[in-house]
Amino acid sequence: MRFLSESPSLHAHCYRVLDDNGQLIRHSNFIQVSEDIAVKMYSNMVTLQTLDTIFYEAQRQGRISFYVTTIGEEAINIASAAALTLDDFVFPQYREPGVLLWRGFTLQEFANQCFGNKADYGKGRQMPIHYGSNKHKYFTVSSTIATQIPHAVGAAYSLKMDKKDACAVTYFGDGGTSEGDFHAALNFAAVTEAPVIFICRNNGWAISTPTSDQFRSDGIAVRGQAYGVRSIRVDGNDVLAIYSAVHAARKMAVNEHRPILIEAVTYRVGHHSTSDDSTKYRPADEIEWWRMARDPVTRFRKWIESNGWWSSEAESQLRSSIRNQLLQAIQLAEKVEKPPVKDLFTDVYDDLPPNLREQEKLLRETINRHPKDYPADVPL
Amino acid sequence: MQLQPKLIALQLLHLRNPALGEGLEEEMERDPRVCVMGEDVGHYGGSYKVTKGLATKFGDLRVLDTPIAENSFTGMGIGAAMTGLRPVVEGMNMGFLLLAFNQISNNCGMLHYTSGGQFTIPIVIRGPGGVGRQLGAEHSQRLESYFQSIPGIQMVACSTPYNAKGLMKAAIRSENPVILFEHVLLYNLKERIPDEDYICNLEEAELVRPGEDITILTYSRMRYHVMQAAKTLVNKGYDPEVIDIRSLKPFDLYTIGNSVKKTHRVLIVEECMRTGGIGASLTAAITENFHDYLDAPVMCLSSQDVPTPYAGTLEEWTVVQPAQIVTAVEQLCQ
Repeated sequence: MRFLSESPSLHAHCYRVLDDNGQLIRHSNFIQVSEDIAVKMYSNMVTLQTLDTIFYEAQRQGRISFYVTTIGEEAINIASAAALTLDDFVFPQYREPGVLLWRGFTLQEFANQCFGNKADYGKGRQMPIHYGSNKHKYFTVSSTIATQIPHAVGAAYSLKMDKKDACAVTYFGDGGTSEGDFHAALNFAAVTEAPVIFICRNNGWAISTPTSDQFRSDGIAVRGQAYGVRSIRVDGNDVLAIYSAVHAARKMAVNEHRPILIEAVTYRVGHHSTSDDSTKYRPADEIEWWRMARDPVTRFRKWIESNGWWSSEAESQLRSSIRNQLLQAIQLAEKVEKPPVKDLFTDVYDDLPPNLREQEKLLRETINRHPKDYPADVPL
Repeated sequence: MQLQPKLIALQLLHLRNPALGEGLEEEMERDPRVCVMGEDVGHYGGSYKVTKGLATKFGDLRVLDTPIAENSFTGMGIGAAMTGLRPVVEGMNMGFLLLAFNQISNNCGMLHYTSGGQFTIPIVIRGPGGVGRQLGAEHSQRLESYFQSIPGIQMVACSTPYNAKGLMKAAIRSENPVILFEHVLLYNLKERIPDEDYICNLEEAELVRPGEDITILTYSRMRYHVMQAAKTLVNKGYDPEVIDIRSLKPFDLYTIGNSVKKTHRVLIVEECMRTGGIGASLTAAITENFHDYLDAPVMCLSSQDVPTPYAGTLEEWTVVQPAQIVTAVEQLCQ
């Protein structure tokens, strides 16, 4: 009689390609990346960093109501997106705007959503950072945790039925893996042999809950085996490792019709959101160490510089250019009209039903009678 | 030469082409994007055999057996719907969909709106519910009470083989998420229905019996208790108008209103509980819209506010019985 131990004798191995100084680790196997792709990935990471800084400041200044940063997780965002194709469906949690950025969402489009103006594809109906774009196959962010995981399995099922050369990809954090939807989605993806990639951003914190209070398993990667899902643990701050792992996962998912679980180990450098002050529950020097010594952007910069593909001139040029574009985008987004009152009632159903038509009529009558009580910048 | 309408059961366990199953099968033939997912819907054919034969005909991929995870397979259905399929998700018993409330409320009802109209969710969620024969409290729920507030979804309740097939087909063809409520005790009903393709309007109520004295509004199984009471009432000299509201969200206030304007008295007979049911909302809607036409306050007969007991006699007395309906009509028509 032998009981299986509750924890393995060895932690699951963590796949890495670059060391902390951005130098290739000897004997590591990885997929070669061209200069173009490498520079594009780096530029996107810098753009994401700058986007976060500027929009966070904008929230602090009261220009937008809310924001969520991706600081420390730029590699996961950009490198995973780069390894996918534009045909793959993406089901995000809310800390993956970089995937949308890589796919071509413009800075102006990001700003429009955060300001909830008329040009927002969501028609001003969602909080900031709840991006969604069907032309980029990026499914609208829903605040609920882990509900997107079964959605991705459903989408993979749809792709499998249509025999498409594409897969579904979904992202979630360490906290999200505690939800029942995570468990059932993985289980079912394995049973239905669905082409889906599950990417867990294990960043150590679910708001104030550290992973030690979230689960007792050896991280997330080991859970894959429990469901019959092939899995890997990757250094989430290593661009080349993420790129190679997602690239390989995609091939397996599409060609072998199987789900893959990727645990990307990283750290949430920023606060959970603008409504949070993480220094209240974790030491400030821990945050600083991850921000400076383990920054994925700097680490990758060292590698592309050592290849002669980047320089400090290129760096300062890029950063100031992006910063200017962002400030302009914000200024423009601020000035654009808000969505009209009629958009309050449309899209609840495909057509406007009689009860909503009536409610809209009542609202308009009330606005007519008391115009001073309603905001002047909302068109009717 | 007229086509003989065929005799069909709403869902007879041993008949090969029952109405719900036939409606589903015809839509799956007509549109390759229609698929079914739920527990034991494949070769087992579903808990009440609605999906019997479909897995053999359309394959295991289009008729998918799911693990026991209602929130998650409803979520799967939503993901599949957003990417182009038209899933029909079965709750083995509607009560189990309480586990799927998160997905139904937060995503199914919302994503079309929050995405600015970019993503549609043409999903149908269906299953057997209602108070059956001694199935115990957990298998006797009336979920229409809990779901009725969710914006973005539609709800319909079938009650005859004819409207079961018609509503199933209409729900599948609709671009909105629709919840179709079936009743465990109605699966054995038989009726002749037309051979040719037809659908029922999702938002329309059904006039079951025209009358002048009083409007009785009901749906699902209670329709039959009302019709039984109607026989007694006719013998006593009353002329009740019976309407099966069918559309639980939104209410067909046009048909209902016309009836109220004619009879000036309303009795609602439902299986929901007294508190917060369909009857409560309907009472409010009628009072708000038609109070000028009412000669008496709207009366609503509902189930008791108790978990449905197992014992047969106790169970019988938690739901509205024909005798109570007769008494209520006599009271209202004094």
